[in-house]
Amino acid sequence: MFPFDYRRPAALAEAIAAHGGGGDVRYLAGGQSLVPALKLGLAQPSVLLDIARLPELRRIRAEGPTLVVGAAVTHAAMAEAVVAIPALAMLAGGIGDLQVRNMGTPGGALANNDPACDHAAGVLGLGAVIRTDRREIAAADFFLGMFETALEPGELIVEIVYSLPRRAGYAKVRNPASGYPVVGVFVAETGDGVRVAVTGAGATAFRLPEFEAALAADFSPLALAGLEVSPDDLNRDLHASHDYRAHLIGVLAGRAVADARR
Amino acid sequence: MQVSFTVNGALVETEVEPRVLLSTLLRERLGLTGTHVGCDTGQCGACTVHLDGRAVKSCMVLAVQADGRDILTIEGVAVGETLHPVQMAFRDRHALQCGFCTPGMVMTALDLVGHLEKPDEAAIRAGLAGNLCRCTGYRPIVEAVADAIRDGGG
Repeated sequence: MFPFDYRRPAALAEAIAAHGGGGDVRYLAGGQSLVPALKLGLAQPSVLLDIARLPELRRIRAEGPTLVVGAAVTHAAMAEAVVAIPALAMLAGGIGDLQVRNMGTPGGALANNDPACDHAAGVLGLGAVIRTDRREIAAADFFLGMFETALEPGELIVEIVYSLPRRAGYAKVRNPASGYPVVGVFVAETGDGVRVAVTGAGATAFRLPEFEAALAADFSPLALAGLEVSPDDLNRDLHASHDYRAHLIGVLAGRAVADARR
Repeated sequence: MQVSFTVNGALVETEVEPRVLLSTLLRERLGLTGTHVGCDTGQCGACTVHLDGRAVKSCMVLAVQADGRDILTIEGVAVGETLHPVQMAFRDRHALQCGFCTPGMVMTALDLVGHLEKPDEAAIRAGLAGNLCRCTGYRPIVEAVADAIRDGGG
């Protein structure tokens, strides 16, 4: 591993000041993607700023009609504490494996934006808002591409603001070796319509307007009969072809709706 | 960087480079070689230890991330010659063959014993998903964890 400096600021303001926007300073949360990247030399920061213990980033609280989850809450803590949105708790409790969930965080996962990021489906499906140290970013504007987000250099996710849905469900097929979803689909029925968000299938998470319209008319798995997703722009790798991923989207959307109706 | 943490109940204060992994520090600096490094890529779980009471893969954690925290390794699980109930269950169920994965399996099992809400077979298998065993086929390990939970072996 390349050498780097490590600092652990005691407060959020101190961390932001210490970062200063420099290109080779990196925030470190749980490190479950960043530490492997450091080992491989894929990331070579000169300074790591450990934000995992900042109290401002570790709260889960209700704020009006929303649930606010701190960026450095662990997936495991989220699975236990997010009782207001059971599908989101289930999503967090199914990420990777136990050990990864005990370290990994939603803020880190979203900033990394792996094409198979579970949290991306939850954020997009629930129409959440990403609150950073500088601004609020709507889910629709956040996910730009493979490992690419709207975050500017040095911009730090502080909280994720989830609107409470009427009901929601999540279904995925996991890669048994990595724990990442081959495809995952999050479905939510909310005050302003139905959202269907897909992860693992494309360069980044995306929504399915046709599925959403069908479910807005009839929120049942049967409403999705006959709907198809084009495999053209979907991922293909040694785990699954793009045709298989297109097929899985339809199957998992139906399962997610059934999960939401339970 | 100067770090201090407790390892199996004893205070450890040492100087460590930020790039040193927790697994490396435990094995090479502290001589706690019960923590095995199988893959060094976060796949196999053999290096699992507890950080503040929860199972983590020590090859995916920098030693400096453990500064000020409480670490439990496999060496701190038994009391003298008396095996922990989870270790007893592994022995009784023949839940190991070559034994390489066993320290990590036991550390993960300890987390499951303390935290699984609905400890049926599916939940135990899902809980063990981050630990690979190439000998047993997992069944005796799942049975050992179920025994330990049933017998209240936390």
